[in-house]
Amino acid sequence: MSARRISGPRATQAVAFLLLWVAAAAVVLPVLGILAVMVVRGAGGLSWGLLFSVREGLLPAVVGTVCLVTLTALIAAPLGVAAAVYLSEYARPGPLVRLIRVSLVNLAGVPSVVYGLFGLALFVMVLRFGRSLLAGACTLALLVLPLVISASEEALRQVPRRLREASLALGASRWQTVRGVVLPNALPGIITGLILSVSRAAGETAPILFTAAFFSLTHPFPRSVFGEILALPYQLFVMATEAPNVPAEVKWATALVLVVVVLGLNLVAIVLRARLRRARRW
Amino acid sequence: MDQGRRRSWEWVVERLIKAAGVFAIVFVVLIFAFLLWDALPIFRERPLRELLAGGRWSPTAEPPQFGMLPLLLGSLYVTAGALLLAVPLGLATAVFIADVAPPRLQEVLKPTVDLLAAIPSVVFGFLGLLLVGPWLARWLNLPVAQFAALGSLMLALMAIPTIVSVSEDAIRAVPRSLRDNSLALGATHWQTISRVVVPAARSGIVAAVLLGLGRAIGETMTVLMVTGNAAVIPRGLQGFLRPVETMTATIAAEMGETAYRTSHYHALFAIGLILFVVTFLTNTLADLALGRAGRAAR
Repeated sequence: MSARRISGPRATQAVAFLLLWVAAAAVVLPVLGILAVMVVRGAGGLSWGLLFSVREGLLPAVVGTVCLVTLTALIAAPLGVAAAVYLSEYARPGPLVRLIRVSLVNLAGVPSVVYGLFGLALFVMVLRFGRSLLAGACTLALLVLPLVISASEEALRQVPRRLREASLALGASRWQTVRGVVLPNALPGIITGLILSVSRAAGETAPILFTAAFFSLTHPFPRSVFGEILALPYQLFVMATEAPNVPAEVKWATALVLVVVVLGLNLVAIVLRARLRRARRW
Repeated sequence: MDQGRRRSWEWVVERLIKAAGVFAIVFVVLIFAFLLWDALPIFRERPLRELLAGGRWSPTAEPPQFGMLPLLLGSLYVTAGALLLAVPLGLATAVFIADVAPPRLQEVLKPTVDLLAAIPSVVFGFLGLLLVGPWLARWLNLPVAQFAALGSLMLALMAIPTIVSVSEDAIRAVPRSLRDNSLALGATHWQTISRVVVPAARSGIVAAVLLGLGRAIGETMTVLMVTGNAAVIPRGLQGFLRPVETMTATIAAEMGETAYRTSHYHALFAIGLILFVVTFLTNTLADLALGRAGRAAR
């Protein structure tokens, strides 16, 4: 008969699992803490005046961000969906596809400020868009392109094979099958991916620092795609670092508005995805 | 005829679709080419040694100094500190979610970690600048509220979601039979995790760490706002509690006020080129590791 041991595999397991619990808590609690602090401190500064006043409020920045991400989506969507269609419907495995995949992995990993540099060199200077809504949207579109492509490709791949085969068997061509059968069935998934990309673009600051954003109250609203714009994340950055006379509660309220916009878009995408899964016909 | 017109229309559409696919390659090449093109003049103007090993970065001084060593080391300090926090925490959280947590808790933990990934970097910077920095400075009795370790702390929060999700996938991909065999031999759950599951998921975990590294070294707004931006060479462990300036923060802070095609402009592009090459390498290595993990799982 052995004496009861304090050490041993069971005890080690108990200690190890305890540490895992602690680690998970150390990750999750700060998230909840961050959100709680933002809501508590931000809500105090929120007011209709702050949200909707043009002079002292966030309206121009919100409008700027909405314009920016809309144009970004308009540029990224056709390009991204077409690339996804190529990868999922047309391409055969081979060196070209491998090269495209390596490129996408790397595009996804390029630092956002490097996108800013590229946007400055290509869109602002060489193509002469100037610091503008258009240059910023082109830069952001490139940044979210890998995200759009991977989400769209996943949506396309989930359309069952037999739908394509049925369409082809009826005499439809490859492109007719893609346009009439595959794309409509994948559309909800593609839109979910687009919303996630837009939420990412809405929060990015570094890529628009030298391509689109400015901080001025003389021309609060963009008049054309060639004009500079105010954007919510940039406004928060300037308020936090440079603007001297902004009261703390206005700063916190601005941060809260940005987080609500970004997480709100995420939430829409998540709910959409969940409903989609339930509504799927196959 | 009509049939013929449809044919040629489809031919055009299919070429366009292929072109969109090839676009990804074109853009990686374009980004590299533009960075190189705008960085080259500074490499012609100054010797490489002076740029990479020079200890003074003061681009507006007379004569301007473009020594990048403080910035390289600044990025190294902040990134190393971030990984020191994020790798153990992220890996432990991934193991916990994949293998230990009760199913109900899993369903709560995953979206919470995803939530962390969705918060914009400027918000982390804001929190570090207004809340965490002053609080840590008071608590640790520091002379400054913006320093390298604060950047590491905020970056760790941002790298954790990447590390968790990639390594969780790798852990889940370990075949059930391996676990079952280990448990059937009498190993405890923890022995199975630490000696069978995690070693089997090694390639995926390496990829997770590399992707986390890429994320941390390229992060811009957060470090710009919380690390104090003093281009001094950090020394020893004390360096973590002093202000530093990273490569990304330098570009973000200075490019806006730099005249087109000046030495300063080219020097900032050279920093961008270095960042691009470093993240290109870490991402390609991570991709290779993931490829290995995929083959091993099959």
